[in-house]
This record gives sequence, structure tokens and C-alpha cells, in this order.
Amino acid sequence: MASPARPAASARRESAAIRDSRPAGPARPPGERHITIALALTVNGKRKRVSVPPMKRLLDVLREDLELPGSKEGCGEGECGACTVLMDGEPVNSCLVAAGQCEGAQILTVEGLARENRLSALQQAFVEMGGAQCGICTPGMLVSAHALLRAARGRVPGEDEVREALAGNLCRCTGYQKIVDAVRAAAGGTRGKRRAPKGG
Amino acid sequence: MRSALSTLELRRPRSVDEALDALHQSIAGRRLTPLAGGTDLFVYLNAGTFEGRRFLDLTRLSELSRIRLGPAGARIGALATFRAIRTHKVLRGRFPALAAAAAEVGAWQIQSRATLAGNIANASPAGDSLPVLLAHDATVHVRSVRGARAIEFARLYRGYRDLDLAPDELITEIELPEPPKGAVPFFRKVGTRRAQSISKVVFCGLAAQGKGGALEHVRLAYGSVAPVPLRATRAEQALAGRKVSAPAAAAARKALAEDIAPIDDIRSDREYRMAVAGNVLEQFLRTLG
Repeated sequence: MASPARPAASARRESAAIRDSRPAGPARPPGERHITIALALTVNGKRKRVSVPPMKRLLDVLREDLELPGSKEGCGEGECGACTVLMDGEPVNSCLVAAGQCEGAQILTVEGLARENRLSALQQAFVEMGGAQCGICTPGMLVSAHALLRAARGRVPGEDEVREALAGNLCRCTGYQKIVDAVRAAAGGTRGKRRAPKGG
Repeated sequence: MRSALSTLELRRPRSVDEALDALHQSIAGRRLTPLAGGTDLFVYLNAGTFEGRRFLDLTRLSELSRIRLGPAGARIGALATFRAIRTHKVLRGRFPALAAAAAEVGAWQIQSRATLAGNIANASPAGDSLPVLLAHDATVHVRSVRGARAIEFARLYRGYRDLDLAPDELITEIELPEPPKGAVPFFRKVGTRRAQSISKVVFCGLAAQGKGGALEHVRLAYGSVAPVPLRATRAEQALAGRKVSAPAAAAARKALAEDIAPIDDIRSDREYRMAVAGNVLEQFLRTLG
């Protein structure tokens, strides 16, 4: 509704609209206008508020806005699991979640596993048993394994169960066996006791 | 981040009515694309291959994630995730093929987010749950500002990724009728790997055996072997009324070649898919035998 008689006022209204964080009505013309929302969520037990575009990926919000670079981007299409975080207790690929869908969500990243610089039993098992080599998959692996151990509530999950729970986390270094061993050892409180070598 | 994402809009309605209004109003201008788990949509967005600029987040519509079971069958909310489906004890007991399909969609991370209606709306001929819906004679319930209607799932796809839905209709619920007493379901997905693979062939069978072992209510449904998921009706007819036997299986395999039209693509080739489609059919028949 810009009036040619009052170009200055019209420009001010336009600029106010650009700053408006709420999604615009359908009449708004297409453009490269940046949109932001105020997002409140809980990350690793701490309440956070950030101003981000609603379709920004959760992965990027974590890494760029919340300075938590533990979660990695491998494939950007939900195949590799390097970006795995827990969202309300369930593992998700954070490269496939919109920031706007995380309002009020509880997010757990790999940074939330250690307690005051003390590694969790799971992390310690990975260190001691060779569960990490290059380390790119490790944050996602740890988060998925953490979800499995939490769901198992103290029971030691079977090898097949661990492999299925971690099937969405790809590792190109370890061959997986040491990861599976580390997860089961952490569950059974037997970490550090190395697996007996098989055969002769 | 990919800068393009910072210019995309996201509407977050709190009720189905609000969502339907927003969707309807968007038709005249820049259309809203419904977004649920995002496990397909964000793949396209991240690859820069999706043209839509406005999205309608459905994840706050908790009324659409209910799973209800009654004597007549199951009613599964559009937003029920595959995780919810595979871990629902009653549903798993009564519709084991659906739970089996849910357990082979992607992996845990995908199952946490991906929804049954998303699998339907994404309309890939390889969608893991789709042959299960076909074999169970599913009905898809949709709503728009104009009201509600029910569509037989078997009639939903007009062609490759072409749904018979108006642009302002939302899938709200998927209904699976209780199969006839004694009907045995079977699900098999054949891919390069158990998890995270897109199928080369995906199959769901359902059949009962009447007096003397005659096959009744035969349903043979396939994905990844044609432009749309489909029922192999000629093969079904070849089996109906017959007992499970080697000649019956051979007749069904022969008829199957007329039902399906697999192609060569990056995941597999026509010849392999044709052979595997017959093999999974025989595998199903052996479970009945």
C-alpha cells in the first residue's frame, strides 16, 4: 500500500517489515529477505535463547549460534549420522531438523555427555577400547549409543541390538567391532577389560 | 549454513483447522509445503533441489500422532513416527508387517522423525511402508477447509510421484482394516544393507488359507518395481483358490512378470528386480506352506 506521495514513510514501513520476525502474509513478494525467530530450547540441560532463521538446520544452530561444534556434518542427507543429537530423548539427524521445530525441545549433544570434564563411562570405554580412530563419526556414535544404553536401563544390550541401534552411524575407520565392544562394555561396567582375541 | 535456508518461511499452526486455513490461503500465492519429520524434505533442501520457499510445520498438531486400535482395525495418525509404529505393542502384534517395515525405514534417527503420512506424501515408488498399506487395503483420510474425505490408498497415486490430492488437502489419518481371521502377513525389503538403504525391491504379502488350504484374500504388493507402488493383481489371481504348491508358485511368478515393470537405475537393474520380486513371492508362499 505504498503511497507515492509519502515515499519516506513507505520506506520506513518496508524496513520495519523486514525486521519483523514473524512469517509474512501471502501478499509479500518473493525476495532474499532474511527471516528470524526467537527460539527457546534446552541444550545439554541449559536453557538457551537464540535468534535464528526458522528453517536453519538444528545442526547449524548448534555449531554456529550455540558454539557447540561437537556434532559434525558428514553427508547432509541423513545417511551418515555424524550430526546425531537427542531431541526429547530420541536420536535424530540434526541436519534434517528445522530450528523452528525445536521450540521448547530438550537437545542433548556429545558435549553434554561428560560431567565437569569427567568422561561418561561410554566415552571412557571408547577411549580405552579403540572405539574411535579419525573421530568424525564419534560424536554421533556416542549419542546414539547413549540413547541405546538409556533405553536398556542397565541391561547389557546384545551385539545385534547394538549394531541395529548404531546402523544409522557410519564409520569408515574402525570396522565397527571395537565400537560395539565399547558400547557393551560400558553397559556392563566392564570397560577396560579387553575383548579376548578370537581364535589362534 | 546454506544461506538460502535463511530466507525460507515456516508457519507453525497449533491446530489442524489453523493449518488447513493457512494451507488453503496459500494456494493463490506462494504455496506452503507441509513439513513433518523433514527426513525427505530436508534432503532436497540441503541439496538445493527444492523450489518451495514457505513451509507449514505440522509437528505441533499432536492430535495427528495418535495410534488407535479397535475391533475394526487400526487408525494411525498422519504424524505417527515409524519409531512410534514399531514400538507400539498392540499395533505390532496385530499388524506385524507394518511394524517390520517401520523397523527398516532408514535407521533409528530417521525413524524418530519420519512419519507414515510423510512416506505416503513423498510418494516415492520405493517407500518402505507403502506395499504394507496396499496389502492391507488401507484408506487415507484427508481434510481441507472444504471438509473431510477418504481415499482408498490403492487409488491415491495417479502416476510417478503424482498424488490424487488437492493442494490444500492434508492427510490426517491412515486406516488399516482388520485382516480376515487367519490371514498371514509377510514383509521383505531387499536392499544393499538392512539399514539406511533404499530398496531394490520391497514387498508385502497377505493371504489366508480356507478349507483344504485354498488361498483366499491374496494380496501381493510391491514397491520399487514400477512408477508407483502396486498390487500384483494377476499374480494374486493366479494363486486365489489354489493350494500352496510348486506349480501354483510358478504360475504366480509367470503372472507377476505382467504385473510389474521394473527398470534399470542406480540401485539395481530390471533383470535382478524381476528375479527378486519372484523370489520374495515364493518366500512368502513358503511361510504359508
